[in-house]
Amino acid sequence: MTEVMSGARMVVQALKDQGVDTVFGYPGGAVLPIYDEIFQQNDIRHILVRHEQGAVHMAEGYARSTGKPGVVLVTSGPGATNAVTGLVDALMDSIPLVVISGQVPTFMIGTDGFQEADTVGITRPCTKHNWLVKDTAKLAETLHQAFHVATHGRPGPVLIDIPKDVQFATAEYSPPQKARISHYQPKVKGDIEAITRMVEMIETAERPIFYTGGGVINSGTAASQLLREFVDATGFPITSTLMGLGAYPASGKGWLGMLGMHGLYEANLAMHGCDLMINVGARFDDRITGRVKDFSPGSKKVHIDIDPSSINKVIRVDVPIVGDVGHVLEDALRLWKSRGRKVNKEALAAWWAQIAEWKAVNCLDFQNSDKLIKPQHALQRLEALTRGMDRYVTTEVGQHQMWAAQFLGFEAPNRWMTSGGLGTMGYGLPASIGVQVAHPEALVINIAGDASFLMNMQELGTAMQFRAPVKQFILNNERLGMVRQWQQLLHGERYSQSWSESLPDFVKLAEAFGAKGIQCSDPADLDDAIMEMIRYDGPVVFDCLVEKHENCFPMIPSGRPHNEMLLGDAETEGAIGARGAVLV
Amino acid sequence: MAPLNIKQGSTRFSAYDLRDPNVEIIEQHTLALVVDNESGVLARVIGLFSGRGYNIDSLTVAEVDHTGHRSRITIVTRGTPQVIDQIKAQLARLVPVHEVHDLTVEGPSVQRELALFKVSGKGESRIEALRLAEIFRAKVVDSTLESFVFEITGTPEKIDALAELMRPLGLSEMARTGVAALSRGV
Repeated sequence: MTEVMSGARMVVQALKDQGVDTVFGYPGGAVLPIYDEIFQQNDIRHILVRHEQGAVHMAEGYARSTGKPGVVLVTSGPGATNAVTGLVDALMDSIPLVVISGQVPTFMIGTDGFQEADTVGITRPCTKHNWLVKDTAKLAETLHQAFHVATHGRPGPVLIDIPKDVQFATAEYSPPQKARISHYQPKVKGDIEAITRMVEMIETAERPIFYTGGGVINSGTAASQLLREFVDATGFPITSTLMGLGAYPASGKGWLGMLGMHGLYEANLAMHGCDLMINVGARFDDRITGRVKDFSPGSKKVHIDIDPSSINKVIRVDVPIVGDVGHVLEDALRLWKSRGRKVNKEALAAWWAQIAEWKAVNCLDFQNSDKLIKPQHALQRLEALTRGMDRYVTTEVGQHQMWAAQFLGFEAPNRWMTSGGLGTMGYGLPASIGVQVAHPEALVINIAGDASFLMNMQELGTAMQFRAPVKQFILNNERLGMVRQWQQLLHGERYSQSWSESLPDFVKLAEAFGAKGIQCSDPADLDDAIMEMIRYDGPVVFDCLVEKHENCFPMIPSGRPHNEMLLGDAETEGAIGARGAVLV
Repeated sequence: MAPLNIKQGSTRFSAYDLRDPNVEIIEQHTLALVVDNESGVLARVIGLFSGRGYNIDSLTVAEVDHTGHRSRITIVTRGTPQVIDQIKAQLARLVPVHEVHDLTVEGPSVQRELALFKVSGKGESRIEALRLAEIFRAKVVDSTLESFVFEITGTPEKIDALAELMRPLGLSEMARTGVAALSRGV
């Protein structure tokens, strides 16, 4: 049965029909009709944010932790432009989002009207796809298509710009089943010949490694399950990018830890020295490869990716497999089993012995102190005290983010939300709220730095209003720590603008919002303070005063290959040459 | 060479059409896209080229299927084999793009461009211009006592050649459409 309704009602109806339970948004003139419809129903919960950027990051946290698309509703002009950073963040990290923006009425478009911006023009390179809907009759179909595009193939953010007169006008609503399905149907099954070649390589490889990424998480929990089975059955070592943490458990016997610029020594050296690299849903990002020319020179490379444009973009591979990670792993595992579960056991044992030597370097070692809290120690204690809990972790961007990736262990997918590709400071606090809204009973911790936290701290108000008991664990060094580290290594210790004077009193700040503030500066008090944070039923800002000049190691300096890692302060002199200095 | 039919989500380009990775020569390729004729589709294609630093030598676009609202975009681009593969993969990823064909590798193709030349002059040079136009099979589509407008169709090279010859004879303005191309045979 089709029904005639206003465009605004169509939006709400389409969201319901798409199974949406939560919308993150902020009202304004050009979306008032939609907000009026939201007011008159109870199926969809609206989370009122304090800034539109926060709304998008919340939706990202929601999406990343549930596997469902996140939904955002913003007004025209500044509402839409404020959402742009979040859109690019989601695009870089392949997070499915549906963002709905209001627009001035169609007859005013192009007149520089109040709160008018060319939203589809601005967001065209910031989204997977976007639409300006000028006819109410096409609105429902466009909304359904938007969900289809956001969630199929490589996921990503989409935006629908809806002029106000289109929201008021009426037309027939078409439900999802009746909507014309988009021709957009990316391939999910991998080429079986290529999969066979991969299996043959697995059977004979002497120094193999799995290198996995966010694609495994995006493919769903079944893909993580298949990956675990495959890794454990072959006995191969596995490393993961920042985005892929949790797909394989940190306690698993094949786990080498994260790789990349601040990855573990054993993971990077294994990547450098392997003879077979199986890239599962990662994209050879520059944080991973270091100097491309010298990246894993002696290996055959297999690349499984749902996006054909990821293949051969940066690193040439020998066996490309375009398809969904879950489908490809399933086929590969079945084929490998049916061929007799062969691996080169002898060579593998020697490979593990070599890896054990690298592990013995103990690259995460740091000089602990009983006077000052070392950031690494703070994270080790947080890990020890929350292990086994129903825990989700988000982060901001910087040193604390890398330490969190190094020192926290993830046993399951969808438990780790961080801004990897874009590196958006200010991501973590709103993302933690999005996660908490989706998982009200869970322990949600945002590992933050003092500078990142300030970028979207207004969202504490959202956390209070919607009773999201998120824990903000700030490693406070009164510095832009990563910037300071690079200035030390690269710019002759000239610390230009990388310290924060006039930081707020974080405890009072928390209290001003009605949240709880805890400050800790003595390593002896740390455990009790962390437990106090965990036990408190409500948002907490934990101001952890840490050593101000700690550097994040290990580190592959810019422009260097994997086997030229820095392990600690002693080796940093002249670490980055002039050519490396131009890289980021 | 068997035609390479590049469709969205296909594994048969970039992935399996691997050439020698060490060859860094710049190649010119003619790509033909079939796209939905919706607002912004050209901006998406052009934005992809500018945003990722690819080159456009020529670009032509027009609706070719009025009932299905499909347009054909013909792009002449250049880059290393790896960049050309990336360009095709990135184009195929755009939601309104239905087909991406690389006419340069898919087999023989015909390429034509139309140009209008305004040549102003008197006396001998005017007669010479007319003679050259005849040799190149250019048509006179406008004429005054002191000028001609010639219409010429052909490959970009042919149009370049005529332009070179016309320049000393008073070529004062030129408009070119960019390349339209189709593969040969069925």
